[in-house]
Amino acid sequence: MIAVDLAEPDDFEAWRAEARRLVALGVPPHEARWAEADGPRDLFAAPAPAPAPASAAPERQVRASRAFMDLARKAILHSDPGRLALLYRVLWRLQEQPRLLDDAADGDVAALERLAKQVRRDIHKMRAFVRFRSVTDEDGTERYVAWFEPDHRIERANADFFVNRFASQRWSILTPRLSLHWDGAALLEGPPASRGDAPSQDAAEELWLGYYRSIFNPARLKVGMMLREMPRRYWKNLPEARQIPDLIAGAQQREAAMIATGASLFEEAAPPSLAAIAGGIEACRRCAIGCNGTRAVMGEGPANADLMIVGEQPGDTEEREHRPFVGPAGQLLDRALGEAGVDRQAAYVTNAVKHFKFTPRGKRRLHQTPTAGEIDICRWWLDGERALLRPKVILALGASGARGLLGRTPSIGKERGQAIAQPDGTKVWLTAHPSYLLRLDGEAREREHGRFAEDLAGLARMLRG
Amino acid sequence: MDLNRKTLEHNKNFMSKTSVMERLEILADAAKYDASCASSGTSKRDSRDGKGLGSTEGMGICHAYAPDGRCISLLKLLLTNHCIFDCHYCINRKSSNVRRARFTPQEVVDLTLSFYRRNYIEGLFLSSGIIKSSSHTMEQLIEVARILREEHDFRGYIHLKTIPEADPELVAQAGLWADRVSINVELPTDAGLARLAPDKNGTQIEGAMGNLSSAIVEAKDAQKRFRRAPRFAPAGQSTQMIVGADGASDADIVGKASTLYDRFSLRRVYYSAFSPIPEASAVLPLKRPPLMREHRLYQSDWLMRFYGFAPHEVQQATEANGMLPLDIDPKLAWALKFRERFPVDLNRAPREDLLRVPGLGTKAIAALLSARRHRTIRLEDVARMTNSVAKLRPFIVTADWRPTLLTDRADLRARLTPPAKQMELFG
Repeated sequence: MIAVDLAEPDDFEAWRAEARRLVALGVPPHEARWAEADGPRDLFAAPAPAPAPASAAPERQVRASRAFMDLARKAILHSDPGRLALLYRVLWRLQEQPRLLDDAADGDVAALERLAKQVRRDIHKMRAFVRFRSVTDEDGTERYVAWFEPDHRIERANADFFVNRFASQRWSILTPRLSLHWDGAALLEGPPASRGDAPSQDAAEELWLGYYRSIFNPARLKVGMMLREMPRRYWKNLPEARQIPDLIAGAQQREAAMIATGASLFEEAAPPSLAAIAGGIEACRRCAIGCNGTRAVMGEGPANADLMIVGEQPGDTEEREHRPFVGPAGQLLDRALGEAGVDRQAAYVTNAVKHFKFTPRGKRRLHQTPTAGEIDICRWWLDGERALLRPKVILALGASGARGLLGRTPSIGKERGQAIAQPDGTKVWLTAHPSYLLRLDGEAREREHGRFAEDLAGLARMLRG
Repeated sequence: MDLNRKTLEHNKNFMSKTSVMERLEILADAAKYDASCASSGTSKRDSRDGKGLGSTEGMGICHAYAPDGRCISLLKLLLTNHCIFDCHYCINRKSSNVRRARFTPQEVVDLTLSFYRRNYIEGLFLSSGIIKSSSHTMEQLIEVARILREEHDFRGYIHLKTIPEADPELVAQAGLWADRVSINVELPTDAGLARLAPDKNGTQIEGAMGNLSSAIVEAKDAQKRFRRAPRFAPAGQSTQMIVGADGASDADIVGKASTLYDRFSLRRVYYSAFSPIPEASAVLPLKRPPLMREHRLYQSDWLMRFYGFAPHEVQQATEANGMLPLDIDPKLAWALKFRERFPVDLNRAPREDLLRVPGLGTKAIAALLSARRHRTIRLEDVARMTNSVAKLRPFIVTADWRPTLLTDRADLRARLTPPAKQMELFG
């Protein structure tokens, strides 16, 4: 085992010299242990041997394509400690397969491309998201200072961009790893900095915040799109991002005001097809849940189903898998329907609310009950599904599902187990929501499961008769 | 000159500070109905020599995103929102009851420099309502660009909206200072223009676009022969159409866009879904077009520009009413109509056939073409090079995969709907 130490993790030339030497010495990738100054080390590896004397066996000539060099220069800046070994492995394989990089389907090549891509994106985001604040130097000259936290070790590699753009002004970019200073003639490198070292305000920033507020068009909220390009982790260093929650809330209030004044949120004709509903709910931003950046979950099942099942809203699993009733509650429902002799595959399954309402708790997304107002807005889509499917019987799971169907919140305890006739001839059948059963314990659980089974047995009878 | 010092002074005088801010808010608000914020495609410049300010890369930079999902790359402003025209779809029309404001050219210059020095923006996108006359307004716009370029040696990006009714001499001058010039065709049909923009004239708009287009070509040509020939709008010209304000179908719009690309060698055609504006005119439809429609039009634009689709092929993807389906993207819609063209063998098919496969982008295709010289492509290889194999499967053949019957299934469309959401194609 041969250990190679890299003093600076982003020093491509140092890596290149070491890698050339090892390939020339014929050290295969699994024999080399790469480590960097601030990373973990392999205590049992031997240091790399000194260069062999000229008289020793002729060294191999080391080859690397231009494409590899370009890719490696980017990939080495990645914070992944495994990148050095990966780079060496690809270099090693290049000696036998000079055109290896053309094969994007190769695992190593794909991994290298991915690292380089992430680095390129980080470089681009730094150019976009550095925000200078102006201070006055001791000699009375203005200096523009920014605090930035990149994901990868791109600071030095990116300095040129800022010199090319701002050579005529003094500037400093402070980062947790190092600081860069331009004095108008030369680029100097300083020690790591902290956020407190950067100025906390700027005279023109208010105008920029005002511009950001005004250029935003509240009639077209697309929060997901914004998050994709400006992920939350960058927000803390973007002064304008502080305003985002208020802007979104304001846009929602604007919609709410429209409802209050009696204007309809839906001015178009009823959706002509299930596919139109699927497209429509995906783009629907008429309530706060639609604006939370989650994907809408469309109903699923045969279009000629006799039975339609309506739950409350997609949960965490459903949102991720983009299908209704695939989480724990869905599984319980499947089992219970099976026991009652109802074929779930023959039923059309959907929800009263099409987006997932939640509160973030750490990494988890906790279910939140939609408000009556939200259910009522989303009823437009559920009505669309009902009109297109024309089922004989609709099973409502829980009060939210029932509200979406009936337009009022019924008491499940009082109205369950009886058919509620609808103006269009369908019958609505109420029961508890399976996720309610999942939350119960002991005797209550026993009892509620029993009632649930009874309700479904009644449903089965109704479907047969 | 420097806004920083200026605003500090203004701090003492509360009135005038609120006034800069207030006017900025009014004139930025009025500018947001222009979709373009691109800062790409111009010549490469820098200010490494320590003179002047700014640089441009080939690729633009989006410095921020607003919650409407749009990129903020340029300081997008109107010089003024006073206007003597009365276009019904426009919030700034003469008969509209909005607050009015105006900046002096120097104020816009100060704002631009002050924002640029803080790395908020790539440059300026300046447009204006028509004041006094079209030519007078055009002179004011040019003055802003001239001060930036001549007095401050500004090397960032400038996009000037040019006014088709202005003196052609002035329009030509704009191209000397700006990276990009644009004239909005506004509406896809002449009838729509006549009804909704009574002060504008389609022939005049297209005449002005033609002048710009030939000026751009001449300057490119001159630059080849004389190194010091003046540059003229190196990032070319673009235009914008409002969607959903008149009765034009998607097929009409696609046809119009393609004609515009051909006749004026445009860099981009932007689509702006007509959005309900405060103080709406009674002539306008009450119904707003779904935002998705705008997105589908951008996708069809991409198909024509990067995927080798002819305009009539994109039009084949529309439904009987001439509209593109909203629930699936136009490439998938086309593939579902022409199933006999599928499946495509990823190991053998030429590039132009690969470009037709829904779910395969130009980058993935380049990777496939290069990789298949080294190996026989299997499904797992495709997975490594693309986002989703599930969407692709019905349309492709690989060494270990052939979609039996799948391409012929009647419910294929339903199985592929809704597709993964694509990125908004602004930029």
